[in-house]
Amino acid sequence: MTDATASKKDVADEGGMGYLVSLPRKVVTIYIPLALFVFILLFPFYWMTVVSVKPDNELIEQGANPFWVDNPTLQHIRHLLFETSYPSWLWNTMLVATVSTFLSLFCSVLAAYAIERLRYKGSRYVGMGIFLAYLVPPSILFIPLSVMVQAYGVRDTPLALILTYPTFLIPFSTWLLMGYFRSIPYELEECALIDGASRFQILTKITIPLAIPGLISAGIFAFTLSWNEFIYALTFIDASENKTVPVAIVTELVRGDIYAWGSLMAGALLGSLPVAILYSFFVDHYVASLTGAVKE
Amino acid sequence: MVAEAPKAAAPAYKISLWAQLNNNRDFLGLFFMLPAGLVLLLFLTYPLGLGVYLSLTDSRIGGVGNFIWFDNFIWLYHDSVFWLSVFNTLLYTIVASAIKFGLGLWLALILNHHLPFKAFIRAIILLPWIVPTVLSAIAFWWIFDSQYSIISWALTELGLIDQYIDFLGDPDNARASVIAANIWRGIPFVAITLLAGLQTIPQSLHEAATLDGSTPWQRFRFITLPMLTPIIAVVMTFSVLFTFTDFQLIYVLTRGGPLNATHLMATLSFQRAIPGTQLGEGAAIATAMIPFLITAILFSYFGLQNRKWQHGGRDD
Repeated sequence: MTDATASKKDVADEGGMGYLVSLPRKVVTIYIPLALFVFILLFPFYWMTVVSVKPDNELIEQGANPFWVDNPTLQHIRHLLFETSYPSWLWNTMLVATVSTFLSLFCSVLAAYAIERLRYKGSRYVGMGIFLAYLVPPSILFIPLSVMVQAYGVRDTPLALILTYPTFLIPFSTWLLMGYFRSIPYELEECALIDGASRFQILTKITIPLAIPGLISAGIFAFTLSWNEFIYALTFIDASENKTVPVAIVTELVRGDIYAWGSLMAGALLGSLPVAILYSFFVDHYVASLTGAVKE
Repeated sequence: MVAEAPKAAAPAYKISLWAQLNNNRDFLGLFFMLPAGLVLLLFLTYPLGLGVYLSLTDSRIGGVGNFIWFDNFIWLYHDSVFWLSVFNTLLYTIVASAIKFGLGLWLALILNHHLPFKAFIRAIILLPWIVPTVLSAIAFWWIFDSQYSIISWALTELGLIDQYIDFLGDPDNARASVIAANIWRGIPFVAITLLAGLQTIPQSLHEAATLDGSTPWQRFRFITLPMLTPIIAVVMTFSVLFTFTDFQLIYVLTRGGPLNATHLMATLSFQRAIPGTQLGEGAAIATAMIPFLITAILFSYFGLQNRKWQHGGRDD
């Protein structure tokens, strides 16, 4: 592996010495591996799309070319939208993801500002604690949380998820926003302080407007994370109509031994679309903050 | 003397308690931390403690049970399925993380060249990481199907195999399949973050080394790798942690089968606690994960920090 990596490396970094490399060599060392990577990373999506528009008889037919579909059909998608509770699952997911995202953003902005700019006693340790909190995985917390959710009487309601999702959203968005606030010049705040602005005014009138790009990326991340969440939703929600898309597809569309593959794939595809669309609009923010946060 | 004149006038306006508090950064800090702090204490710190407590009780679904000290752990110590799940988890984490790192670094090095449509390629490469794991796992489920697998079909057409592969029915194949699906999802994250690290390495270092007659391998080993180490540490900590605690992929693809060959600690904990209603035992399995997680964090913190030897010097 390492030798292969090295031989890729020598083909000039970032174009600086790129002219030293001949085109045939570039094809072999860069374009072919890249094409393979892209093919493997994207193939499952192509596959989902093909299966979701394939009629059932073509799906189980032996010998036919599985890569293509002869008579595309919308029957699976129609079945999904009109004969299952798919619309209400979508609505639940959307509701939970939106509310918990805004809740977490509100908490995170205040916390990140306090840690990064007020620099109160012990803020460094709190910052470390926030980072460690992000490393606590949901697979450890779901059992005690299920006991708590039961005790508070919010089991099987969207509130159970809205209250628990911030446990992984707040640490992550606070961490992201701390990095963003650090990049805003301190002098702006000092000027406002001298002019008699209160800390709260500074936050709402100076820092937040300047941090809008950071807020957008934190918001997209939080929304994507809550859209993808699985184990809490699987544990805390029982009634079919209260489930979120990822859980409902796995538990409601798979019945017995006969899998409705077409509908399963259509459901997976439709469930992925909202985050994929959101992501495509803000892809630059997303990549920048992902890499920025890690560079810390 | 002169300075005292304004001081004497000062008591004319009294500073209210509220204004004083408003200027006290410790008070304000506490005030601003309140919402996030409350949520995290109530729903993160407290459940963490509650989880450890539950692991010492014989709780079942519906109520907290009696305190039974370490009986759950003693029971687990004699449970071969538990040890199998520990083995599976370690195998899954180590193999998947190592391959994700290798392939991710390779992809990052490729993307670090001048390429046509670079931004577009970068955007679509992240897709596997954006899409909900469960939903892409469903695609893999069908790809790994024993009768209709596209991989088996392609290999048969190429004449490489005569029999369809039973991807998820055979213990070893099942392990390999879930690891492959995990790698597929993890590569984009590793590649994109390492790419960001690569872009911070000054081009002039490579040019200077080339003029000095270094080989490509030397440039990779003595420039790229040391400069990249801090980011590798962060990325791999995340990668190892999330692979270790993975749940969704296994739940969809195999539910721990065949013969518990793919049960991870997280899936076993879920199976015992929720469908099996033995909350205490499930909590004990989850608690048993904590030492492994702490080890992983400490290892990456101390083991992968930027050290002098990586720059050719000696450690103190």
